[in-house]
Amino acid sequence: MYHTEQPRRSTRIELPKSPTGIQGLDEVTLGGLPRGRPTLVVGRAGSGKTLLGMEFLVHGALEFGEPGVFVSFEETPGDLVQNVASLGYDLNDLRERNLLSIDHVEVSRSDVIETGEFDLEALFIRLGYAIDSIGAKRIVLDTIESLFSGLMNTGILRAELRRLFFWLKDKGVTAVVTGESGEVTMTRHGLEEYISDCVILLDHRVDDQISTRRLRVVKYRGSVHGTNEYPFLIDETGISVLPVTSTGLTHTVTSERVSSGVERLDAMLEGGGFYRGSTIMIAGTPGTGKSSFSASFVDAACLRGEKCLYFSFEESPDQIVRNMQSIGIDLTPHIESGLLEINSSRPTMFGLEMHLVMLLKEVRKTQPRVVVIDPLSDLIAIGTTRDVKVMLTRLIDYLKMNGITTLFTHLIHTREAVAPADLAVSSLIDTLIQLLDIESAGERNRGLYVLKSRGMGHSNQIREYLITGDGIELADVYVGPAGMFMGTARLVQEARERAGAEARREEIAFRQRELERERIAVEARIAALQAEFASQEEDVRRMISAESRQQDIIDADTRAIGKLRRADASDDDKKVQATRGETGEEQ
Amino acid sequence: MNDTENTAGEENGEEWVLRLYVAGQTPKSLAAFANLKRLCEEHLAGRYTIEVIDLLEHPQLARGDQIFAVPTLVRRLPPPLRKIIGDLSNTEKVLVGLDVRPRS
Repeated sequence: MYHTEQPRRSTRIELPKSPTGIQGLDEVTLGGLPRGRPTLVVGRAGSGKTLLGMEFLVHGALEFGEPGVFVSFEETPGDLVQNVASLGYDLNDLRERNLLSIDHVEVSRSDVIETGEFDLEALFIRLGYAIDSIGAKRIVLDTIESLFSGLMNTGILRAELRRLFFWLKDKGVTAVVTGESGEVTMTRHGLEEYISDCVILLDHRVDDQISTRRLRVVKYRGSVHGTNEYPFLIDETGISVLPVTSTGLTHTVTSERVSSGVERLDAMLEGGGFYRGSTIMIAGTPGTGKSSFSASFVDAACLRGEKCLYFSFEESPDQIVRNMQSIGIDLTPHIESGLLEINSSRPTMFGLEMHLVMLLKEVRKTQPRVVVIDPLSDLIAIGTTRDVKVMLTRLIDYLKMNGITTLFTHLIHTREAVAPADLAVSSLIDTLIQLLDIESAGERNRGLYVLKSRGMGHSNQIREYLITGDGIELADVYVGPAGMFMGTARLVQEARERAGAEARREEIAFRQRELERERIAVEARIAALQAEFASQEEDVRRMISAESRQQDIIDADTRAIGKLRRADASDDDKKVQATRGETGEEQ
Repeated sequence: MNDTENTAGEENGEEWVLRLYVAGQTPKSLAAFANLKRLCEEHLAGRYTIEVIDLLEHPQLARGDQIFAVPTLVRRLPPPLRKIIGDLSNTEKVLVGLDVRPRS
C-alpha cells in the first residue's frame, strides 16, 4: 500500500499587501497597505497626507505596474501636477501613459442647493469610470471629508460613504482615503468608523520652533505592524520614514577588532583596538583633539578598505580635509576613491529626529562599515534629554544591527564634568575615551584615559598624547611622587632619568673594575703563599728522610756489632724497635 | 435687493436650459423628473428645455458639470450656472435655487 505523508503544517495565510514604495513605510507595515481594501490616512493640514497618497500611486504605477486614480476634492489637477513636480515626478507623463488618472471633484456649498432625497451614485460612476478607463488597481480619495462641507444632509452622506467603501472593496482596488484630524474623534467627521482595516496617523509637531513629522500605524487588522511613532521626512525625494525601533537587543556581536588609528591607544585596549560594531564615544573639552581622533579612526578604516560615513555638524568637508592635513592625515585620496563620504550640516537646520532620519537615510544609501558623528553634543542640544535618549537608542540599535562601528565625539563644556554624565546616552556607549586638559607647571597638556570599554581589559593609565605633524602620538608615562609628569616636566624628567641611568651605569662599571683588581691581587698573594709553603714542605721532607737514613745506618751498625759479639737482644735493641714503631718507619 | 431687476429681465422671454443628471430609472430620479416637469410647466411654460442625462449610459459626462450626487439639476441657461441636488420635492427651495419668481 502506498502511503503519502501529508504535511501537517497549517499554511499561514498572509494578508496580501500592496507595497507603497515609500522608504520605511513598507517596513513599518511589514509589506505595505492591505491589498484591495481601504486605508485611512489621518492628519492635520500640511501633515503630508496628499503627498503620501500621491507617492503611493506614483510608486505603484512606476515600480509595481499598478495604475492608479487620484480623486482630489481639494486641489485641482494643475496644482497637484505642479506640487509633485518639485519631487521629480512627472504626473502629466504618467497620465499620458495611462498609468495615472486625476479627477477633481469640486464641492462647494455656494452654488449647490439641496432639496429632498439624493445619493452619491454619480460619484461612484465617476470613480468606476476612471478606474475602468486605465485598469487602475489603486485609488486615492483626498479628502473625501470635503463632501461634508458641501452637503448638508449628513445622514444621507454617512450612509453613502459606508456604501462607497463597500463598493471600493468590491471593486478590489487598494484605496487610500485621507481625513483631517478631529478634536474628539480621530477624523473630523468620524471616517474611521467606515474604514477599520488600516489607519495611519500623520502628525506634525513643533517643539522649540523646530518641527518634526511623525507617523504611526494606529491599527492594521489582520497583520502585525510597528506600533511606535516613527519620525518621517519630506525632502526632495519625497517621504521617507525612519523605521527604527528599540525593541531588539538582538544584534550579533563579533570579537573582531578594528584599530583606532592610534597605535598606542590600541595597546591600551588589549592591543587590538575597538570591537567591530561597537559604539565608541570620545569625550573632551574644546581643543582636546576629538576630531583628530575621529579622523585617525576614519583614516585607518579607509586604509583597510572600508567604507566610511563622516557626519560633521561643525565643519565643512573641505575644512576637515585641510585641518587634518596639518596633522599628517590626508583624507583626500579616500574621498576621491569613494571610500569616505563627509556630510556636513548645521545642527539647527532641522529637529533632532529629522537629523536622525537624514543620517539613517544616508547610512542606508552608502552602507558604510564605519560611521562618525562629530560631535554628538550638537545634536543633543536641539532636543530634550528624553527625546535624545529615545532617538539615539534607535539610531545606535540600527547601526549595531548592521554591524557598523560608530564613533561619536562629545563636547564637554566644563572641565569638572567627568565624561558625558550629563547626558543619558552614556549607557549606550561601549567604549568611552575621555580626553582631558591637564594644567600643571604653567602649561596645558592633553591626557586621555579609557573610562570604560565593555568586554575587554583596558589600561587604567592616564596617558599624555601629542598632536603632531604625523598624527596623534601617545607619550611615555612618567609618574613621580607629585603625580604624572606632562609636557616640559615630562621632558625634564626624561632627561633626569637618562642622566641618572648613565651615572648608575658608570658606577657599576667602576665597581666591577675595582673588584677585578682586588681579585687579581688576592690571587697573587695566594700564589706566593702557596710557593712559600711548598718550599718549606720540601725542606721538612728532606730533613726527615736524611734523619731516618742516618738512624738506619746506626741500627745496621749496632746489629752488625751484636752479631759479632753473639750477644742477645739488648735493651738497646728493644729501645730501637720501639722507636721504629713510634715513627712508623717501614721495615 | 437686485432680485427684482433680475427677475424682471428673466421674465421677459428668456430661454431656460435645464439639465437633469440621473443614474438609471430609480424612484428618486423619476420623482425628480416629475417634480421638475411640473414646476417648469407652472412657471416657465413655453420657454424651457429639459435634458435628462443618464450617467449609467454616459459616465464620462459627470466630470464636466462636476456631478457627484444624483439627481442633480443644473441650470445651464440663463447664467450663472446653478446646481440643485435632490429629488426636487421642496418646490419653494427649487424655485429659490433656480431663481424663478413664482407667479402670484
